[in-house]
Amino acid sequence: MSDFRTPLSRARGLGSAKHGVSTWLFERVSSITLVPIVLWAVFSGLKLASADYQAARVWMQSPVNAVLTLLLIIVGIWHMHVGLRVVIEDYISKPLSRAALLLLNMFVCGLGGALAVFSILKVALSVGGLDGGAL
Amino acid sequence: MSQGKPGAAKARPLSPHLQVWRWHITMWGSILNRATGVALYVGALILAGWAVTLASGQDAYIAYTGMLGTPLGLLVMLGLTFSLYYHLAAGVRHLFWDAGKGFDPKLADLTGVAAIGFALVATLATWAIAFMTGAL
Repeated sequence: MSDFRTPLSRARGLGSAKHGVSTWLFERVSSITLVPIVLWAVFSGLKLASADYQAARVWMQSPVNAVLTLLLIIVGIWHMHVGLRVVIEDYISKPLSRAALLLLNMFVCGLGGALAVFSILKVALSVGGLDGGAL
Repeated sequence: MSQGKPGAAKARPLSPHLQVWRWHITMWGSILNRATGVALYVGALILAGWAVTLASGQDAYIAYTGMLGTPLGLLVMLGLTFSLYYHLAAGVRHLFWDAGKGFDPKLADLTGVAAIGFALVATLATWAIAFMTGAL
């Protein structure tokens, strides 16, 4: 039946996916964004490494610390989702394995990111060094 | 050529791969960038776990940070520190390439060595600071 198709109709939809530019741009923009955030994160990690539980909670209740940690998680996990997607597409060629791994990548990033964001907000919006809900 | 069943894949020539290349510095740089990126994937999940235990209560937090403080945990953190610094330096190198700069082979080799050197020195410096501030 395909004999009835015109050459134009056969050619349509082939070629590039036509939205690769946004992915390429996102990789660059997230890289640039992460440079200062990551340097701040190392500095903060050094401070938190010698802090106890109460001190860590109080640290997270500072607006600047909470927002920068949220940005680190959101931009970082988005960046690594795009990055690992490319790694999977490069090395896994079986369609079913590839689809399964791409889904797994999305689920892990989505779940990890959501858990971290909720947890940061929960601590940041609470009061004091002790968890009020831990009875 | 195998004359197997119809439809069986013929042995096509493959593009040159790892085993036929002499190892050179830009190749190391590229492979390390990808490997450290995958390592940082695990690192981000460790960070997410830290945030979850911080919100879950003191017992969970102490158990989690205690786990990170074991010899194995510290080894993982050391590897993640190096991965972070190397991926950072390699990322900046890539940004210059995106701007069309730094492709000259000698300069590319030099920045490759510089990225690895920076990561090693910065990792040592960070852990020296951690040691001095009593984090270890």
